[in-house]
Amino acid sequence: MPKSSDEREVIPRPSGASAWEERGISRRDFMKFCTATAAALALPVSLVPRIAEALEADGRPSVIWLEFQGCTGDSEALLRAANPTVGEIVLDVLSVDYHETIMAAAGHQAEEARLKTEKERSGKYIAVVEGAIPVKDGGIYCCVGGRSAVDIAREVCGGALATIAVGTCASFGGIPAAAPNPTGAVSVSEAVPGATVVNIPGCPLNTDNLVATIVHFITFGKLPAVDGKGRPLFAFGKRIHDNCERRAHFDAGQYVEQWGDQGHRKGYCLYKMGCKGPETFHNCPTQRYNEKTSWPVGAGHGCAGCSEPHFWDTMTPFYRRLPNVPGFGIEMTADKIGLGLAAGTAAAFGIHGVVSALRKGDESDEGKEG
Amino acid sequence: MAKIVVDPITRIEGHLRIQAEVTGGRITDAWSSSTMFRGIEKILKGRDPRDAWYFTQRFCGVCTTVHSIASIRAVENALNIHVPMNAELIRNLIIGIQAVQDHVIHFYHLHALDWVDVVSALKADPAKTAALAASLSDWPLNSPTYFKSVQDKLGAFVKKGRLGPFGNAYWGHPAYRLPPEANLMATAHYLEALDWQREVIRIHAILGSKNPHPQTFLVGGMAIPIDPNSQNALNAEKIAEIGELLKKAKEFVEKVYIPDLLAVASFYKEWAGIGGGVGNYLSCGEYPLDNSGRPEKLWFPQGIILNKDLSRVYPIDQKKITESVAHSWYEGGDAGVHPWDEQTEARYTGPRPPYDMIDTTGKYSWVKSPRYDGTSMETGPLATILVAYAAGHKGAKGAVDMVLGKLGVGPEALFSTLGRTAARGVETLLVAQELPKWLDMLVANIAGGDLAIHNGEKWDPATWPREAKGYGWHNAPRGSLSHWIRIRDQKIENYQAVVPSTWNASPRDEKGQRGPYEAALVGTPMADPAKPLEILRTIHSFDPCLACAVHLVDPAGGELVNVKVL
Repeated sequence: MPKSSDEREVIPRPSGASAWEERGISRRDFMKFCTATAAALALPVSLVPRIAEALEADGRPSVIWLEFQGCTGDSEALLRAANPTVGEIVLDVLSVDYHETIMAAAGHQAEEARLKTEKERSGKYIAVVEGAIPVKDGGIYCCVGGRSAVDIAREVCGGALATIAVGTCASFGGIPAAAPNPTGAVSVSEAVPGATVVNIPGCPLNTDNLVATIVHFITFGKLPAVDGKGRPLFAFGKRIHDNCERRAHFDAGQYVEQWGDQGHRKGYCLYKMGCKGPETFHNCPTQRYNEKTSWPVGAGHGCAGCSEPHFWDTMTPFYRRLPNVPGFGIEMTADKIGLGLAAGTAAAFGIHGVVSALRKGDESDEGKEG
Repeated sequence: MAKIVVDPITRIEGHLRIQAEVTGGRITDAWSSSTMFRGIEKILKGRDPRDAWYFTQRFCGVCTTVHSIASIRAVENALNIHVPMNAELIRNLIIGIQAVQDHVIHFYHLHALDWVDVVSALKADPAKTAALAASLSDWPLNSPTYFKSVQDKLGAFVKKGRLGPFGNAYWGHPAYRLPPEANLMATAHYLEALDWQREVIRIHAILGSKNPHPQTFLVGGMAIPIDPNSQNALNAEKIAEIGELLKKAKEFVEKVYIPDLLAVASFYKEWAGIGGGVGNYLSCGEYPLDNSGRPEKLWFPQGIILNKDLSRVYPIDQKKITESVAHSWYEGGDAGVHPWDEQTEARYTGPRPPYDMIDTTGKYSWVKSPRYDGTSMETGPLATILVAYAAGHKGAKGAVDMVLGKLGVGPEALFSTLGRTAARGVETLLVAQELPKWLDMLVANIAGGDLAIHNGEKWDPATWPREAKGYGWHNAPRGSLSHWIRIRDQKIENYQAVVPSTWNASPRDEKGQRGPYEAALVGTPMADPAKPLEILRTIHSFDPCLACAVHLVDPAGGELVNVKVL
């Protein structure tokens, strides 16, 4: 297909035919994807050619996608990927050798496919885990093919080059781990100590952040830099509040007071309706969802804090206003303020949250000085 | 007799295991077991009832929205809240497009590979494929060039030798019947549907902020404001965009999904005599046409059909619903208990992993056994369509008769694996055609000056009675869903969900009656028990959603409470 002159200048053409064009993806679409990915990763445009180069190589990484105590919401989110689309991800970008929700094989033939990848690509494949892992009572609360989730996770993640925990359940335990955590649900990094894990929380995760993490990995040969909670800084480096399109109304003291009131219709700040944006680190305001169509605060409902550990306990009740929000600066990171505020919230609200917030606090020296 | 196990059942939501006995090439008995439990109902205890929808939404990310809807309806029922008509209509749009999108994904991405041999598509003649497609509909992509490009793409993929999600499947299995051209057509539409579903579900993002897991639900209404003169509210521009997406949704269903469904079905007519199951059907009805909350004001009628008898539709009496744990891993007596009063806690008695077989003489699943008046009931699109058909619903009658006519079969063919898959198409078609009318009603309301989206009278928990209980029905893509709540001192005292896949995937009850999956599998022919493709066909025809199905409840006021597991 004809190329515009600026495309020719920017993109170094590989000597052979482009593997992507062979697969029926136009150069233009391909570059659109690379640029979108660079944007999601918050990388300078000058790196676009490097991303393109990495993806031209015909080395689709093998992926084993495991689902345990999840709701399949993160897999569904993947189905909404637009740049590239899920069809391209599954057929062209990755070799998804095991994913129960989409794979044609079933039963022992499905298990065989997974074992083959584990063996033949040992130490080279990427493990993706969706859902929490129950460890109470010998792992009986989640079994696949007669084996416990924790058993499978240790084998698969243990042999992987890297593990990506998709969604808040895999990243932090999520809803199954909410008080009183009936099944002893834990995160992947807790269930598989020693594995290299990057967490992409969100309930479900924003699929753009997953794609960006994978491309970062393919391009640079390593996982992106993360914060103290294992989250990539490119997506979780700033609070919702910092980039919120309604921030000016917060600063001006213009709030929604009742659902459907004039302030609600005019897009005023949702802080008084319980918005958790001031203490939630996530790139929703800039990345948005479903091809940048919208996001919760943009549509008119407060943020629920879904990318934060134990938000089910620390951010609830969802419609209760956060205490003492104003007053911290944009330069703070999640490690400095996140847990401190969350624990304070839990104490203020007094219920389930206290236990799990403190439990997490014991494990980390960071964040206590919120 | 051979004993076979299929675990995991793939291309479903959640974790399902089927054990079956095969004698003389036929399934003689079957057991359905769910192997994952989370306990969400228990997690809900003591929390703010207004938060419940956000928790229960996470029962499932595939049928995302449905547990939110059932939850807010249950709380609204308990507190006697009537929501503004605009909120009902916005909910109808969200529910309707969810059903349409979800059913299409089910057909192409979860179910089609049971009938379509992707590898065989490589042998197809693109020109003949185009001719076949053009004989079915005037979809613009019916050209030889287009099918050639899909075939080339597929060929390049297969040549690389790494089939990814298509690897190690049952390709070449003798039970695949489609000619290569039909396989190529369906494979092309598998890929098209991937793009289509992503696009049309943007309606959820417009009205609900995102999908999966839209976030504008509220007890008492919706959190998406309406204001034609604001860029931060539902305005003319957004309504126009929704209208365009609804048009695309309807066009694809009419010109691709339904023709494909009929074409594939015509090669598998023997499946109209397989997989019938329990023969009792329950549908709670859906799509309120006013805000009264009364069942007779629903567009799809509510009712029950017994013993495949389409001459009579019985009304639902919620008091007759019970759940038994005789074969489920929970504490409690064998007899069924009403959802408001269930007193159950997890008690796993199955084998320690790793294991090969589960002993099915005792307890063998995390799914409970819901029964209506002591009887196993199937729910889902087949139940919805049968109840509507039997009740004389005009749209259902026309669409069902069209499908039966094109396939040259009678109404008895509906009680089968094929009937279940066809009914899902009929429901999709009817909803896709009705959706624009609900958008028109919303526009008329707004044009008349009605901007209300929330009834705030009971938003403040201080206005609530000390005790209240309620329930909410929702006809989800997988069937009749009900949430049951007890509220005490402004907090959730007890919460229980009786979910479509719980009805369908239920194990035996205290009387030994099989659940619908189990009953439907009995009698299924098996070409090769080592490659149980036929089991997948019948199980997938129900569109299982196991994350939704598993739950645990607890005694009101006792130590353990209701738990929902996903």
